[in-house]
Amino acid sequence: MIHQFRIFDTNMVLDVNSGAVHILDDIAGRVLSCFDETGTPVEERIEHLRREIGAEPVNEALSELEELKAEGLLFSSDPYEEMFTPETTPAVVKALCLHIAHDCNLRCKYCFAGEGDYHGEKALMPVEIARKAIDFVIENSGNRRNIEIDFFGGEPLLNLKTIKETVAYAKEREKDANKRFRFTVTTNGLLLDDETMEYLNETMDNIVLSLDGRREINDSMRVRRDGTGCYDAIVPKFRKMASIRKDKDYYIRGTYTRSNLDFSEDVLHMADLGFDQLSLEPVVLPDGSGLEIGREHLESLFAEYERLAQKLAELRKQGRKINFFHFMLDLEGGPCVAKRLRGCGSGTEYLAVTPKGDLYPCHQFAGFEEFRLGSVFTGIEKREIVDTFRGINVYTKKSCRNCWAKFYCSGGCAANAWSFKKDLHDVYDIGCELEKKRIECALWLKAQEMSD
Amino acid sequence: MKHIKTLSGNTLNKDLKKVGCGECQTSCQSACKTSCTVANQKCER
Repeated sequence: MIHQFRIFDTNMVLDVNSGAVHILDDIAGRVLSCFDETGTPVEERIEHLRREIGAEPVNEALSELEELKAEGLLFSSDPYEEMFTPETTPAVVKALCLHIAHDCNLRCKYCFAGEGDYHGEKALMPVEIARKAIDFVIENSGNRRNIEIDFFGGEPLLNLKTIKETVAYAKEREKDANKRFRFTVTTNGLLLDDETMEYLNETMDNIVLSLDGRREINDSMRVRRDGTGCYDAIVPKFRKMASIRKDKDYYIRGTYTRSNLDFSEDVLHMADLGFDQLSLEPVVLPDGSGLEIGREHLESLFAEYERLAQKLAELRKQGRKINFFHFMLDLEGGPCVAKRLRGCGSGTEYLAVTPKGDLYPCHQFAGFEEFRLGSVFTGIEKREIVDTFRGINVYTKKSCRNCWAKFYCSGGCAANAWSFKKDLHDVYDIGCELEKKRIECALWLKAQEMSD
Repeated sequence: MKHIKTLSGNTLNKDLKKVGCGECQTSCQSACKTSCTVANQKCER
């Protein structure tokens, strides 16, 4: 399977199964369009092209394409499906999203977590629960050495005490358990002060700071209880946090909605503020919520991603390297195919823990009783739910198995599939369309880097 | 090649018996949380 596309003036082709990416000139692009889906040139079409642009260039391009085929870099076969069946997915847990606070000091209008409480009672995770979660992941992670703990909310800094004690406890257990804990935190920033910033900088492998971009955009969505926006309160803190981070990871991460379809302006605004690790994601909300992305927005969003890619390429030429999360692609050192076909690991290697200690397949399933797996005290009680998640990969999802993007999105988000289709083996179509455009833009950016 | 430049070669179909160590970052622990992007993660080997 291949995906041939043209973006700006560049013809590109992705060979899906090998991951090879090629840039074609116009002649090679047209010759490749004469191949059928099995990778066989259709003689009638080739002959037509010879008459139109001349036999010599067509034959040259044809022979180059055949050479790539022979090398397994075009129309290559898929050896993975039989090899990486759901049964081969390891039954270990190696990442936890700790819901440190089911409460929030903001009332963001698109919040999937019901303004922080996940549609339940407000609660802070007690230290004992968090410690038990650390014990649980050590016991259930088999021989995995790298363990990830994400402090999430609501707003996790409402419960900094538990974060600190959890980090200390995990570090204490690390050596004997032969594990390496890596911590991340996602915060809206309101409670960041100098001492907290120092602490987070020292202990966190990644710090995700929430900002939606331009002041008027951010403040129309990310508001306090009294309706006031938080931009002016958080941006100076985020700048300080980013400057302290130096080479360590952080992200300025936001959400865009139908009310800022020109979201590239928000990404560029973040860059103007001096930040260089950026993420801005489409909101995921059901039809009728008033902020959701609809099919009618796709064309303008595609153009917007292209505009953003172009701007980032220009900035790069000027010496400013911006890392936009959704355009990040490591063509040589990216994840292996086993990971790519299994996806994010929700419900298998990645679980969420609520303040009470209940386990869910991921943070987005928290509070949905039918997905409650057990607790940090009892362990996994509903193994059948875990088995369902183990059974999901790009081959068991009918929309994915023949999709060219399957090794990049890895089947998409299970929670989104559930929200929109009530079927974990289905997909959230709008998310798919946007993801495909982002991959094309990311590949184009790689091509620009190569030509520099 | 005159008409084609290869940006990257075969990156997926190699050493298949050695893949899947599971030590890499879980994608949702980075900057995602509402969508799934796996290919931008790094291999830890």
